[in-house]
Amino acid sequence: MPELTSVVELEGVSFAYRAGVRVLEDVSFEVSAGEFVAIAGPNGGGKTTLLRLVLGLERPTTGTVRVFGQVGGKSVDGARIGYLPQRARVVGEAPVTVREVVSTGRLTSAGIWGPLRRSDREAVARAIETVGLSDRADSPLRTLSGGMQQRALIAKALASEPTLLALDEPTTGVDAESQDSLGVLLEELRTQFGVTILYVSHEFGAVEHVVDRIVLVRGGIVYDGPPSGLPGVWHDPSHTHA
Amino acid sequence: MLDLEFMRLALATGVIVGVLAPAVGFFLVERQASLVGDGLGHVAFAGVAVGYLLGISPVLTALVAAVIGALAIEWLRTRRGAAGDQALALVFYTGIAAGVVLISKAGALNVNLFQFLFGSILTVTRADFLTVLVLGVGALTTIAILFRGLVATVLDGEGSRVAGVPVTRLNVVVAVLAALTVAVSMRIVGILLIAALMVLPVIAANRVAWSLRSTFALSMMFGVCAVIAGLSIAYYANLPPGGTIVLVAAGFFLVASGLSAVVRRG
Ligand SMILES: Nc1ncnc2c1ncn2[C@@H]1O[C@H](COP(=O)(O)OP(=O)(O)OP(=O)(O)O)[C@@H](O)[C@H]1O
Ligand SMILES: [Mg+2]
Repeated sequence: MPELTSVVELEGVSFAYRAGVRVLEDVSFEVSAGEFVAIAGPNGGGKTTLLRLVLGLERPTTGTVRVFGQVGGKSVDGARIGYLPQRARVVGEAPVTVREVVSTGRLTSAGIWGPLRRSDREAVARAIETVGLSDRADSPLRTLSGGMQQRALIAKALASEPTLLALDEPTTGVDAESQDSLGVLLEELRTQFGVTILYVSHEFGAVEHVVDRIVLVRGGIVYDGPPSGLPGVWHDPSHTHA
Repeated sequence: MLDLEFMRLALATGVIVGVLAPAVGFFLVERQASLVGDGLGHVAFAGVAVGYLLGISPVLTALVAAVIGALAIEWLRTRRGAAGDQALALVFYTGIAAGVVLISKAGALNVNLFQFLFGSILTVTRADFLTVLVLGVGALTTIAILFRGLVATVLDGEGSRVAGVPVTRLNVVVAVLAALTVAVSMRIVGILLIAALMVLPVIAANRVAWSLRSTFALSMMFGVCAVIAGLSIAYYANLPPGGTIVLVAAGFFLVASGLSAVVRRG
Protein backbone atom coordinates (compact mmCIF):
# COMPACT_ATOMS: atom_id res chain seq x y z
CA MET A 1 0.00 0.00 0.00
CA PRO A 2 1.41 3.41 -0.92
CA GLU A 3 1.91 5.86 1.94
CA LEU A 4 -1.38 7.70 2.31
CA THR A 5 -1.52 10.84 4.33
CA SER A 6 -5.21 11.50 3.97
CA VAL A 7 -7.31 8.71 5.44
CA VAL A 8 -10.67 10.43 5.37
CA GLU A 9 -11.65 13.22 3.02
CA LEU A 10 -15.07 14.85 2.86
CA GLU A 11 -15.73 17.50 0.23
CA GLY A 12 -18.84 19.64 0.28
CA VAL A 13 -20.90 16.82 1.77
CA SER A 14 -24.57 17.36 2.48
CA PHE A 15 -26.89 14.69 3.69
CA ALA A 16 -30.62 14.23 4.29
CA TYR A 17 -32.40 11.11 5.54
CA ARG A 18 -35.65 12.46 4.09
CA ALA A 19 -35.74 14.74 1.06
CA GLY A 20 -35.66 18.38 2.13
CA VAL A 21 -34.55 17.82 5.71
CA ARG A 22 -30.80 18.39 5.69
CA VAL A 23 -29.07 16.81 8.61
CA LEU A 24 -25.60 17.87 7.51
CA GLU A 25 -24.87 20.84 5.27
CA ASP A 26 -21.72 21.41 3.24
CA VAL A 27 -19.27 19.47 5.38
CA SER A 28 -15.64 19.41 4.33
CA PHE A 29 -12.93 17.90 6.43
CA GLU A 30 -9.89 15.78 6.19
CA VAL A 31 -8.28 13.38 8.61
CA SER A 32 -4.65 12.38 8.20
CA ALA A 33 -3.15 9.02 9.03
CA GLY A 34 -2.49 8.65 12.74
CA GLU A 35 -4.69 11.54 13.83
CA PHE A 36 -6.93 11.29 16.86
CA VAL A 37 -10.06 13.31 16.14
CA ALA A 38 -12.65 13.87 18.83
CA ILE A 39 -16.13 14.56 17.49
CA ALA A 40 -18.52 16.38 19.76
CA GLY A 41 -21.77 18.30 19.55
CA PRO A 42 -25.34 18.33 20.81
CA ASN A 43 -27.79 15.44 20.55
CA GLY A 44 -29.09 15.33 17.01
CA GLY A 45 -26.17 17.43 15.79
CA GLY A 46 -25.23 14.80 13.22
CA LYS A 47 -22.20 13.08 14.77
CA THR A 48 -23.43 9.56 14.16
CA THR A 49 -24.55 10.53 10.67
CA LEU A 50 -21.11 11.93 9.93
CA LEU A 51 -19.48 8.65 11.00
CA ARG A 52 -21.93 6.62 8.92
CA LEU A 53 -21.07 8.73 5.88
CA VAL A 54 -17.38 8.17 6.47
CA LEU A 55 -17.95 4.42 6.83
CA GLY A 56 -20.00 4.20 3.65
CA LEU A 57 -23.19 3.21 5.49
CA GLU A 58 -24.94 6.30 4.10
CA ARG A 59 -24.35 8.01 0.77
CA PRO A 60 -24.01 11.78 0.66
CA THR A 61 -26.80 13.68 -1.07
CA THR A 62 -24.16 15.95 -2.54
CA GLY A 63 -20.40 16.03 -2.29
CA THR A 64 -17.89 13.21 -2.08
CA VAL A 65 -16.54 11.01 0.67
CA ARG A 66 -13.16 9.39 0.22
CA VAL A 67 -11.74 6.86 2.64
CA PHE A 68 -8.21 5.65 1.99
CA GLY A 69 -8.53 7.51 -1.29
CA GLN A 70 -11.54 5.48 -2.43
CA VAL A 71 -15.03 6.77 -3.11
CA GLY A 72 -18.16 4.83 -2.20
CA GLY A 73 -17.03 2.55 0.58
CA LYS A 74 -14.87 0.32 -1.64
CA SER A 75 -12.32 -1.68 0.26
CA VAL A 76 -8.63 -1.09 -0.09
CA ASP A 77 -5.90 -3.66 0.42
CA GLY A 78 -4.35 -3.39 3.84
CA ALA A 79 -6.97 -0.91 5.04
CA ARG A 80 -9.03 -2.24 7.88
CA ILE A 81 -11.84 -0.40 9.56
CA GLY A 82 -13.04 -1.08 13.09
CA TYR A 83 -16.43 0.34 13.99
CA LEU A 84 -18.32 0.55 17.23
CA PRO A 85 -21.86 1.84 16.58
CA GLN A 86 -23.65 3.95 19.16
CA ARG A 87 -25.59 1.71 21.56
CA ALA A 88 -24.28 -1.32 19.72
CA ARG A 89 -25.85 -4.64 20.53
CA VAL A 90 -25.87 -8.14 19.21
CA VAL A 91 -29.07 -9.35 17.61
CA GLY A 92 -30.65 -12.74 17.90
CA GLU A 93 -31.48 -15.02 20.76
CA ALA A 94 -28.63 -17.45 20.57
CA PRO A 95 -26.31 -17.37 23.60
CA VAL A 96 -23.39 -16.02 21.56
CA THR A 97 -20.20 -15.81 23.60
CA VAL A 98 -17.80 -12.90 23.97
CA ARG A 99 -15.20 -14.76 21.94
CA GLU A 100 -17.67 -15.47 19.16
CA VAL A 101 -18.75 -11.83 18.99
CA VAL A 102 -15.18 -10.57 18.95
CA SER A 103 -14.28 -13.15 16.28
CA THR A 104 -16.84 -11.65 13.92
CA GLY A 105 -14.76 -8.47 14.10
CA ARG A 106 -11.82 -10.37 12.69
CA LEU A 107 -13.33 -11.08 9.29
CA THR A 108 -11.64 -8.21 7.46
CA SER A 109 -8.28 -9.75 8.10
CA ALA A 110 -9.29 -13.39 8.06
CA GLY A 111 -11.76 -13.40 5.18
CA ILE A 112 -15.04 -15.26 5.30
CA TRP A 113 -13.87 -18.66 4.06
CA GLY A 114 -13.17 -21.65 6.22
CA PRO A 115 -12.15 -21.75 9.88
CA LEU A 116 -10.15 -19.04 11.66
CA ARG A 117 -6.41 -19.39 11.49
CA ARG A 118 -4.37 -19.61 14.65
CA SER A 119 -3.01 -16.08 14.23
CA ASP A 120 -6.61 -14.82 13.98
CA ARG A 121 -7.62 -16.65 17.12
CA GLU A 122 -4.67 -15.10 18.92
CA ALA A 123 -5.62 -11.62 17.73
CA VAL A 124 -9.14 -12.22 19.04
CA ALA A 125 -7.79 -13.36 22.41
CA ARG A 126 -5.58 -10.25 22.55
CA ALA A 127 -8.50 -7.95 21.82
CA ILE A 128 -10.49 -9.61 24.61
CA GLU A 129 -7.57 -9.28 27.00
CA THR A 130 -7.22 -5.62 26.07
CA VAL A 131 -10.67 -4.84 27.39
CA GLY A 132 -10.11 -6.99 30.47
CA LEU A 133 -12.62 -9.71 29.68
CA SER A 134 -10.33 -12.74 29.36
CA ASP A 135 -11.97 -14.53 32.26
CA ARG A 136 -15.41 -14.06 30.69
CA ALA A 137 -14.36 -14.86 27.12
CA ASP A 138 -16.53 -17.94 26.86
CA SER A 139 -19.58 -16.59 28.66
CA PRO A 140 -22.61 -15.69 26.59
CA LEU A 141 -22.61 -11.95 25.99
CA ARG A 142 -26.07 -11.51 27.45
CA THR A 143 -24.94 -12.83 30.82
CA LEU A 144 -22.51 -9.89 31.17
CA SER A 145 -23.35 -6.50 32.64
CA GLY A 146 -24.18 -3.66 30.25
CA GLY A 147 -20.78 -2.01 30.60
CA MET A 148 -18.99 -5.33 30.11
CA GLN A 149 -21.03 -5.93 26.96
CA GLN A 150 -19.93 -2.53 25.71
CA ARG A 151 -16.31 -3.50 26.39
CA ALA A 152 -16.79 -6.73 24.47
CA LEU A 153 -18.08 -4.73 21.51
CA ILE A 154 -15.06 -2.43 21.75
CA ALA A 155 -12.91 -5.57 21.55
CA LYS A 156 -14.83 -6.56 18.43
CA ALA A 157 -13.94 -3.22 16.82
CA LEU A 158 -10.29 -3.80 17.77
CA ALA A 159 -10.08 -7.41 16.64
CA SER A 160 -9.22 -6.67 13.03
CA GLU A 161 -6.23 -4.58 14.18
CA PRO A 162 -7.77 -1.68 12.28
CA THR A 163 -5.96 1.13 10.55
CA LEU A 164 -9.04 3.33 10.98
CA LEU A 165 -11.05 3.06 14.16
CA ALA A 166 -14.45 4.75 14.45
CA LEU A 167 -15.97 4.70 17.93
CA ASP A 168 -19.44 6.18 18.53
CA GLU A 169 -19.79 6.94 22.22
CA PRO A 170 -17.70 3.98 23.32
CA THR A 171 -17.67 4.83 26.99
CA THR A 172 -21.42 4.92 27.56
CA GLY A 173 -22.04 2.82 30.65
CA VAL A 174 -18.37 1.96 31.07
CA ASP A 175 -16.85 2.51 34.52
CA ALA A 176 -14.07 5.04 35.17
CA GLU A 177 -11.32 2.47 35.40
CA SER A 178 -12.22 0.85 32.07
CA GLN A 179 -12.59 4.28 30.48
CA ASP A 180 -9.07 5.11 31.56
CA SER A 181 -7.68 1.85 30.21
CA LEU A 182 -9.50 2.51 26.93
CA GLY A 183 -7.82 5.92 26.82
CA VAL A 184 -4.40 4.36 27.42
CA LEU A 185 -5.06 1.73 24.80
CA LEU A 186 -6.17 4.23 22.15
CA GLU A 187 -3.08 6.33 22.77
CA GLU A 188 -0.95 3.23 22.36
CA LEU A 189 -2.71 2.26 19.14
CA ARG A 190 -2.07 5.69 17.72
CA THR A 191 1.52 6.15 18.77
CA GLN A 192 2.72 2.59 18.17
CA PHE A 193 0.67 1.57 15.17
CA GLY A 194 -0.35 4.89 13.65
CA VAL A 195 -4.04 4.02 13.87
CA THR A 196 -6.35 6.84 12.81
CA ILE A 197 -9.11 7.32 15.36
CA LEU A 198 -12.50 9.03 15.14
CA TYR A 199 -13.96 9.25 18.60
CA VAL A 200 -17.51 10.51 19.13
CA SER A 201 -18.41 11.38 22.67
CA HIS A 202 -19.90 13.89 25.05
CA GLU A 203 -17.13 13.20 27.51
CA PHE A 204 -13.45 13.33 26.69
CA GLY A 205 -11.95 13.02 30.16
CA ALA A 206 -10.38 9.65 29.46
CA VAL A 207 -8.80 10.68 26.16
CA GLU A 208 -8.09 14.34 26.88
CA HIS A 209 -4.33 13.98 26.57
CA VAL A 210 -4.59 12.10 23.24
CA VAL A 211 -6.95 14.41 21.38
CA ASP A 212 -5.16 16.27 18.55
CA ARG A 213 -8.18 17.88 17.20
CA ILE A 214 -11.78 18.41 18.06
CA VAL A 215 -14.61 18.67 15.56
CA LEU A 216 -17.91 20.15 16.69
CA VAL A 217 -20.91 19.02 14.68
CA ARG A 218 -24.20 20.85 14.69
CA GLY A 219 -25.88 20.44 11.31
CA GLY A 220 -22.44 20.99 9.87
CA ILE A 221 -18.98 21.52 11.24
CA VAL A 222 -19.04 24.56 13.48
CA TYR A 223 -15.53 24.18 14.90
CA ASP A 224 -12.51 22.20 13.76
CA GLY A 225 -9.21 22.69 15.50
CA PRO A 226 -7.16 21.99 18.61
CA PRO A 227 -9.08 21.60 21.86
CA SER A 228 -7.29 24.69 23.23
CA GLY A 229 -8.84 26.88 20.52
CA LEU A 230 -12.43 25.99 21.42
CA PRO A 231 -14.67 29.03 21.71
CA GLY A 232 -15.53 29.55 25.36
CA VAL A 233 -19.18 28.73 24.95
CA TRP A 234 -18.23 25.26 23.69
CA HIS A 235 -16.19 24.20 26.67
CA ASP A 236 -19.03 21.96 27.52
CA PRO A 237 -19.05 19.91 24.32
CA SER A 238 -22.67 18.89 24.75
CA HIS A 239 -23.73 22.52 24.82
CA THR A 240 -26.76 23.12 22.66
CA HIS A 241 -26.52 26.88 22.03
CA ALA A 242 -23.92 28.57 19.89
CA MET B 1 -40.65 -50.83 11.05
CA LEU B 2 -37.41 -50.80 9.11
CA ASP B 3 -38.35 -53.90 7.08
CA LEU B 4 -40.61 -51.67 5.07
CA GLU B 5 -38.99 -49.94 2.13
CA PHE B 6 -41.21 -46.87 2.47
CA MET B 7 -40.29 -46.51 6.14
CA ARG B 8 -36.60 -46.77 5.37
CA LEU B 9 -36.94 -44.09 2.71
CA ALA B 10 -39.03 -41.94 5.03
CA LEU B 11 -36.46 -42.23 7.79
CA ALA B 12 -33.46 -41.57 5.56
CA THR B 13 -35.12 -38.58 3.92
CA GLY B 14 -36.39 -37.34 7.26
CA VAL B 15 -32.95 -37.47 8.80
CA ILE B 16 -31.50 -35.33 6.01
CA VAL B 17 -34.34 -32.82 6.34
CA GLY B 18 -33.85 -32.96 10.12
CA VAL B 19 -30.28 -31.72 9.70
CA LEU B 20 -30.80 -29.42 6.74
CA ALA B 21 -33.89 -27.51 7.85
CA PRO B 22 -32.52 -26.28 11.21
CA ALA B 23 -29.11 -25.55 9.64
CA VAL B 24 -30.71 -23.17 7.16
CA GLY B 25 -33.41 -22.01 9.58
CA PHE B 26 -30.77 -21.05 12.15
CA PHE B 27 -29.82 -17.99 10.10
CA LEU B 28 -33.46 -16.98 9.71
CA VAL B 29 -34.42 -17.44 13.35
CA GLU B 30 -31.42 -15.52 14.65
CA ARG B 31 -32.41 -12.54 12.56
CA GLN B 32 -36.02 -12.70 13.69
CA ALA B 33 -37.37 -14.01 10.41
CA SER B 34 -38.63 -17.36 11.66
CA LEU B 35 -41.66 -17.48 9.40
CA VAL B 36 -39.75 -17.16 6.14
CA GLY B 37 -39.86 -20.92 5.57
CA ASP B 38 -43.62 -21.11 5.87
CA GLY B 39 -44.12 -18.01 3.73
CA LEU B 40 -41.88 -19.27 0.97
CA GLY B 41 -44.19 -22.25 0.74
CA HIS B 42 -47.02 -19.85 -0.11
CA VAL B 43 -44.91 -18.22 -2.78
CA ALA B 44 -43.97 -21.58 -4.25
CA PHE B 45 -47.72 -22.16 -4.58
CA ALA B 46 -47.89 -19.31 -7.11
CA GLY B 47 -44.91 -20.89 -8.86
CA VAL B 48 -46.71 -24.21 -9.22
CA ALA B 49 -49.64 -22.37 -10.77
CA VAL B 50 -47.37 -20.67 -13.27
CA GLY B 51 -45.93 -24.07 -14.18
CA TYR B 52 -49.41 -25.44 -14.91
CA LEU B 53 -50.36 -22.33 -16.85
CA LEU B 54 -47.27 -22.44 -19.05
CA GLY B 55 -47.24 -26.19 -19.33
CA ILE B 56 -43.72 -26.53 -17.93
CA SER B 57 -42.41 -28.37 -14.90
CA PRO B 58 -44.15 -27.01 -11.79
CA VAL B 59 -41.17 -28.10 -9.69
CA LEU B 60 -38.98 -25.73 -11.62
CA THR B 61 -41.41 -22.82 -11.53
CA ALA B 62 -42.04 -23.36 -7.81
CA LEU B 63 -38.31 -23.20 -7.24
CA VAL B 64 -37.94 -20.03 -9.27
CA ALA B 65 -40.91 -18.40 -7.51
CA ALA B 66 -39.51 -19.26 -4.08
CA VAL B 67 -36.10 -17.85 -4.96
CA ILE B 68 -37.66 -14.65 -6.32
CA GLY B 69 -39.84 -14.40 -3.20
CA ALA B 70 -36.86 -14.86 -0.90
CA LEU B 71 -34.86 -12.23 -2.76
CA ALA B 72 -37.83 -9.85 -2.71
CA ILE B 73 -38.08 -10.17 1.07
CA GLU B 74 -34.38 -9.53 1.37
CA TRP B 75 -34.63 -6.48 -0.88
CA LEU B 76 -37.63 -5.04 0.94
CA ARG B 77 -35.93 -5.59 4.27
CA THR B 78 -32.57 -4.07 3.44
CA ARG B 79 -33.26 -1.46 0.77
CA ARG B 80 -36.75 -0.30 1.47
CA GLY B 81 -36.43 -0.41 5.24
CA ALA B 82 -39.57 -2.51 5.73
CA ALA B 83 -39.59 -4.31 9.07
CA GLY B 84 -38.86 -8.01 8.68
CA ASP B 85 -42.39 -9.24 9.27
CA GLN B 86 -43.93 -6.58 7.01
CA ALA B 87 -41.65 -7.58 4.15
CA LEU B 88 -42.72 -11.18 4.75
CA ALA B 89 -46.41 -10.33 4.81
CA LEU B 90 -46.17 -8.29 1.63
CA VAL B 91 -44.43 -11.01 -0.35
CA PHE B 92 -46.45 -13.93 0.98
CA TYR B 93 -49.91 -12.55 0.50
CA THR B 94 -48.98 -11.34 -2.96
CA GLY B 95 -47.64 -14.81 -3.68
CA ILE B 96 -50.63 -16.78 -2.50
CA ALA B 97 -53.11 -14.38 -4.13
CA ALA B 98 -51.21 -14.62 -7.40
CA GLY B 99 -51.30 -18.40 -7.03
CA VAL B 100 -55.07 -18.48 -6.55
CA VAL B 101 -55.70 -16.17 -9.51
CA LEU B 102 -53.29 -18.01 -11.80
CA ILE B 103 -54.63 -21.42 -10.93
CA SER B 104 -58.24 -20.52 -11.54
CA LYS B 105 -57.08 -19.00 -14.84
CA ALA B 106 -55.40 -22.30 -15.68
CA GLY B 107 -58.54 -24.19 -14.67
CA ALA B 108 -56.34 -26.47 -12.64
CA LEU B 109 -57.78 -25.94 -9.19
CA ASN B 110 -57.99 -29.59 -8.22
CA VAL B 111 -56.87 -32.02 -5.58
CA ASN B 112 -53.87 -33.09 -7.60
CA LEU B 113 -52.29 -29.74 -7.18
CA PHE B 114 -52.52 -29.85 -3.42
CA GLN B 115 -51.01 -33.29 -3.27
CA PHE B 116 -48.29 -31.92 -5.43
CA LEU B 117 -47.69 -29.06 -3.07
CA PHE B 118 -48.12 -30.71 0.26
CA GLY B 119 -46.28 -33.98 0.09
CA SER B 120 -46.02 -36.58 2.81
CA ILE B 121 -42.97 -38.21 4.21
CA LEU B 122 -44.55 -41.67 3.80
CA THR B 123 -44.80 -41.35 0.03
CA VAL B 124 -41.13 -40.56 -0.53
CA THR B 125 -39.64 -42.36 -3.53
CA ARG B 126 -36.04 -43.27 -4.20
CA ALA B 127 -35.72 -40.37 -6.62
CA ASP B 128 -37.11 -38.02 -3.96
CA PHE B 129 -34.60 -39.30 -1.48
CA LEU B 130 -31.74 -38.66 -3.89
CA THR B 131 -33.03 -35.15 -4.61
CA VAL B 132 -33.10 -34.31 -0.91
CA LEU B 133 -29.69 -35.90 -0.44
CA VAL B 134 -28.11 -33.76 -3.15
CA LEU B 135 -29.81 -30.62 -1.85
CA GLY B 136 -28.77 -31.40 1.72
CA VAL B 137 -25.14 -32.07 0.93
CA GLY B 138 -24.92 -28.97 -1.26
CA ALA B 139 -26.57 -26.67 1.25
CA LEU B 140 -24.66 -27.96 4.26
CA THR B 141 -21.34 -27.68 2.43
CA THR B 142 -22.13 -24.10 1.48
CA ILE B 143 -23.02 -23.26 5.08
CA ALA B 144 -19.88 -24.95 6.42
CA ILE B 145 -17.63 -22.98 4.08
CA LEU B 146 -19.30 -19.63 4.69
CA PHE B 147 -20.18 -20.18 8.34
CA ARG B 148 -18.18 -17.32 9.85
CA GLY B 149 -19.30 -14.83 7.24
CA LEU B 150 -22.93 -15.86 7.64
CA VAL B 151 -22.72 -15.59 11.42
CA ALA B 152 -21.13 -12.13 11.26
CA THR B 153 -23.79 -10.96 8.83
CA VAL B 154 -26.59 -12.15 11.09
CA LEU B 155 -25.11 -10.80 14.33
CA ASP B 156 -24.09 -7.38 13.05
CA GLY B 157 -24.90 -6.58 9.45
CA GLU B 158 -23.65 -3.01 9.45
CA GLY B 159 -20.47 -3.73 11.32
CA SER B 160 -19.73 -6.53 8.88
CA ARG B 161 -20.42 -4.26 5.92
CA VAL B 162 -17.97 -1.72 7.27
CA ALA B 163 -15.41 -4.48 7.77
CA GLY B 164 -15.70 -5.31 4.08
CA VAL B 165 -17.71 -8.52 4.44
CA PRO B 166 -19.91 -9.04 1.34
CA VAL B 167 -23.06 -8.76 3.44
CA THR B 168 -25.48 -8.41 0.54
CA ARG B 169 -24.15 -11.48 -1.20
CA LEU B 170 -24.23 -13.52 2.01
CA ASN B 171 -27.83 -12.46 2.63
CA VAL B 172 -28.64 -13.62 -0.87
CA VAL B 173 -26.98 -16.95 -0.12
CA VAL B 174 -29.22 -17.42 2.92
CA ALA B 175 -32.32 -16.39 0.96
CA VAL B 176 -31.54 -18.79 -1.87
CA LEU B 177 -30.73 -21.64 0.52
CA ALA B 178 -34.03 -21.10 2.31
CA ALA B 179 -35.93 -21.00 -0.98
CA LEU B 180 -34.25 -24.14 -2.30
CA THR B 181 -34.81 -26.01 0.93
CA VAL B 182 -38.48 -25.13 1.09
CA ALA B 183 -39.32 -25.52 -2.60
CA VAL B 184 -37.57 -28.86 -2.99
CA SER B 185 -38.58 -30.44 0.31
CA MET B 186 -42.19 -29.32 0.61
CA ARG B 187 -43.33 -31.47 -2.28
CA ILE B 188 -41.55 -34.41 -0.72
CA VAL B 189 -42.16 -34.11 3.02
CA GLY B 190 -44.84 -31.42 3.19
CA ILE B 191 -44.74 -27.72 3.99
CA LEU B 192 -45.65 -28.19 7.66
CA LEU B 193 -42.70 -30.45 8.32
CA ILE B 194 -40.10 -28.44 6.48
CA ALA B 195 -41.19 -25.03 7.77
CA ALA B 196 -41.54 -26.23 11.36
CA LEU B 197 -38.17 -27.98 11.36
CA MET B 198 -36.55 -24.75 10.18
CA VAL B 199 -37.66 -23.06 13.39
CA LEU B 200 -38.58 -25.28 16.34
CA PRO B 201 -35.24 -27.08 16.85
CA VAL B 202 -33.43 -23.75 16.67
CA ILE B 203 -35.54 -22.03 19.29
CA ALA B 204 -35.24 -25.10 21.52
CA ALA B 205 -31.45 -24.99 21.12
CA ASN B 206 -31.40 -21.25 21.92
CA ARG B 207 -32.76 -22.13 25.35
CA VAL B 208 -30.16 -24.66 26.39
CA ALA B 209 -27.03 -23.92 24.37
CA TRP B 210 -24.00 -22.14 25.79
CA SER B 211 -22.60 -20.55 22.64
CA LEU B 212 -23.50 -19.83 19.06
CA ARG B 213 -21.72 -22.90 17.79
CA SER B 214 -23.42 -25.16 20.29
CA THR B 215 -26.77 -23.61 19.34
CA PHE B 216 -26.13 -24.50 15.73
CA ALA B 217 -25.02 -28.04 16.54
CA LEU B 218 -27.86 -28.68 18.99
CA SER B 219 -30.41 -27.37 16.46
CA MET B 220 -29.40 -30.02 13.98
CA MET B 221 -29.31 -32.69 16.67
CA PHE B 222 -32.80 -31.78 17.88
CA GLY B 223 -33.99 -31.81 14.26
CA VAL B 224 -32.73 -35.34 13.66
CA CYS B 225 -34.00 -36.63 17.00
CA ALA B 226 -37.45 -35.16 16.37
CA VAL B 227 -37.62 -36.92 13.01
CA ILE B 228 -36.52 -40.30 14.35
CA ALA B 229 -38.68 -40.16 17.48
CA GLY B 230 -41.65 -38.69 15.64
CA LEU B 231 -41.58 -41.23 12.84
CA SER B 232 -41.29 -44.14 15.28
CA ILE B 233 -44.17 -42.88 17.41
CA ALA B 234 -46.26 -42.28 14.30
CA TYR B 235 -45.54 -45.77 13.02
CA TYR B 236 -46.40 -47.64 16.21
CA ALA B 237 -49.31 -45.43 17.28
CA ASN B 238 -50.65 -45.11 13.75
CA LEU B 239 -50.51 -41.30 13.70
CA PRO B 240 -49.85 -38.91 10.82
CA PRO B 241 -46.03 -38.72 10.61
CA GLY B 242 -45.52 -35.06 9.62
CA GLY B 243 -47.67 -33.77 12.44
CA THR B 244 -46.17 -36.16 14.97
CA ILE B 245 -42.62 -35.10 14.13
CA VAL B 246 -43.56 -31.45 14.52
CA LEU B 247 -45.24 -32.14 17.87
CA VAL B 248 -42.10 -33.91 19.09
CA ALA B 249 -40.03 -30.89 18.01
CA ALA B 250 -42.42 -28.60 19.87
CA GLY B 251 -42.05 -30.93 22.87
CA PHE B 252 -38.28 -30.44 22.71
CA PHE B 253 -38.83 -26.72 23.02
CA LEU B 254 -40.99 -27.16 26.12
CA VAL B 255 -38.45 -29.49 27.72
CA ALA B 256 -35.59 -27.13 26.81
CA SER B 257 -37.44 -24.17 28.30
CA GLY B 258 -38.18 -26.13 31.45
CA LEU B 259 -34.56 -27.24 31.74
CA SER B 260 -33.19 -23.74 31.32
CA ALA B 261 -35.64 -22.44 33.93
CA VAL B 262 -34.54 -25.14 36.38
CA VAL B 263 -30.85 -24.47 35.70
CA ARG B 264 -31.37 -20.76 36.17
CA ARG B 265 -33.05 -21.29 39.50
CA GLY B 266 -30.09 -23.51 40.40
N1 LIG C 1 -32.42 6.83 10.45
C1 LIG C 1 -32.81 8.11 10.50
N2 LIG C 1 -33.90 8.53 9.80
C2 LIG C 1 -34.28 9.82 9.83
N3 LIG C 1 -33.66 10.77 10.53
C3 LIG C 1 -32.58 10.42 11.25
C4 LIG C 1 -32.09 9.08 11.27
N4 LIG C 1 -31.01 9.03 12.08
C5 LIG C 1 -30.82 10.28 12.53
N5 LIG C 1 -31.75 11.11 12.04
C6 LIG C 1 -31.82 12.56 12.29
O1 LIG C 1 -30.60 13.13 11.91
C7 LIG C 1 -30.17 14.10 12.84
C8 LIG C 1 -28.78 13.78 13.32
O2 LIG C 1 -28.80 12.56 14.05
P1 LIG C 1 -27.49 11.86 14.59
O3 LIG C 1 -27.88 10.54 15.11
O4 LIG C 1 -26.45 11.91 13.55
O5 LIG C 1 -27.10 12.84 15.78
P2 LIG C 1 -25.96 12.67 16.88
O6 LIG C 1 -25.14 13.91 16.83
O7 LIG C 1 -25.26 11.39 16.72
O8 LIG C 1 -26.82 12.70 18.22
P3 LIG C 1 -26.58 11.93 19.63
O9 LIG C 1 -25.66 12.77 20.44
O10 LIG C 1 -27.93 11.93 20.24
O11 LIG C 1 -26.07 10.57 19.34
C9 LIG C 1 -31.23 14.13 13.94
O12 LIG C 1 -32.06 15.23 13.69
C10 LIG C 1 -32.00 12.85 13.76
O13 LIG C 1 -33.34 13.05 14.07
MG1 LIG D 1 -25.11 9.72 17.82
